[in-house]
Amino acid sequence: MKPSPFAYAKPADLAEALRLKADHGDDGTFIAGGQSLVATLNMRLSSPDILIDIGGVTELSGIEVSDGSVRIGALTRHRDLEDSPDIKTHAPLIAEAIAQVAHPAIRNRGTMGGSIAFADPAAELPACILALDGAIEIAGPDGRRKVAAGNFFKGLYDTDLGTGEMITAVEFAADSDDWRTGFDELARRHGDYAMAGLAARLRMDGDSIAEARLVYFAVGDKPMLATGAGGELAGKPLSAETIEAAAASLDSDLEPFDDLHSSAAMKLHLARELTRRVLTKIAGGAQ
Amino acid sequence: MSEISMTVNGRAVTASAASDVLLADFLRQNLDLTGTHVGCDTSQCGACVVQMDGASVKSCTILAAQAEGADIVTIEGLATNGDMHPMQKAFHDNHALQCGFCTPGMLISAIDLVSKNPDPTEAEVRKGLEGNLCRCTGYHNIVKAVLAAAQDMRG
Repeated sequence: MKPSPFAYAKPADLAEALRLKADHGDDGTFIAGGQSLVATLNMRLSSPDILIDIGGVTELSGIEVSDGSVRIGALTRHRDLEDSPDIKTHAPLIAEAIAQVAHPAIRNRGTMGGSIAFADPAAELPACILALDGAIEIAGPDGRRKVAAGNFFKGLYDTDLGTGEMITAVEFAADSDDWRTGFDELARRHGDYAMAGLAARLRMDGDSIAEARLVYFAVGDKPMLATGAGGELAGKPLSAETIEAAAASLDSDLEPFDDLHSSAAMKLHLARELTRRVLTKIAGGAQ
Repeated sequence: MSEISMTVNGRAVTASAASDVLLADFLRQNLDLTGTHVGCDTSQCGACVVQMDGASVKSCTILAAQAEGADIVTIEGLATNGDMHPMQKAFHDNHALQCGFCTPGMLISAIDLVSKNPDPTEAEVRKGLEGNLCRCTGYHNIVKAVLAAAQDMRG
């Protein structure tokens, strides 16, 4: 199918982009890489009057590491994250996850900001940013603000973004040496959206786990931080027994629903299995 | 309608198109470059993959307007003076096509893959081409061809 007609504008800077959005309100949609948006336009699931192409707002692109903090501009493409030595060093979780985002030709176009703003509950990057306890930087008619990832994702494709606002960057603390990370997902075919996925970060204090942030995706209406399973891990060594206890406690953390590919019970099963695989791999055991 | 200009296969082109025209359709309908195929229009099948500023992209999920000023290479631009690109030659030599519908996208994706990873393993080729579907299921010879082309292109 092809999209229904729309107008197109390409602002030169952020101020002009926000002004255009203010003029058009809900009838205008920002387009960045367009890798989810254009497919939904083609299927006519969405039919805005005007697309505001922020591809020319170059100030929104780039990866900066300073004072122990990582800042990724909204227009930074998946391919740039994949190729970045800084991401490999300071955010290995993203480095591991990004190779599982769609296909190479899509990663050449898709952007960090686009993935976060679209907030697909089965997407990898929203889960990573929540596992990293990151913040979303937003610009709007009233200036800039920051929202913690934990408060940004509201529900199915629903975020804290107001009409007239756009994401300018995401920020999080660079991983220090005591963090261990792991990522995995189960999909019907490589590159498809996951049936279940896990982005995991553990802060170690010697042999025991000081803090665990396990974020599951594709098992709810948004990325889910499993506080119960995290609590099971805290203060304990990363042993087979602890991992099994964390997997068992997912009953209370997750309430998956049936979708086209899997029942709720199957999703819970997959989430438990991912817990075992990812944490066992972090523990240095067999894959 | 507005004027859209870009470089396609080394040639500067300008054509008039509506805002909602996809790059794939701009190439096919405005420029008569019908070698780029459209399978799904939802970025799943990879038949429409072209090179944009040196990187492979799915031209069904890019607006022609977004490609303003870009440098595009399509299947029609791979051969030089009638000599096939090494990747085309390897597809020919290894019988890496059956109906041919997926071939243009396969070739452009494969060239991107080998440019980033000149000595890929079979597993890396399979992973790198996972965004390109062959409904004849002729993957075996496609993978063989990409490995042969990579070797040829390393010299």
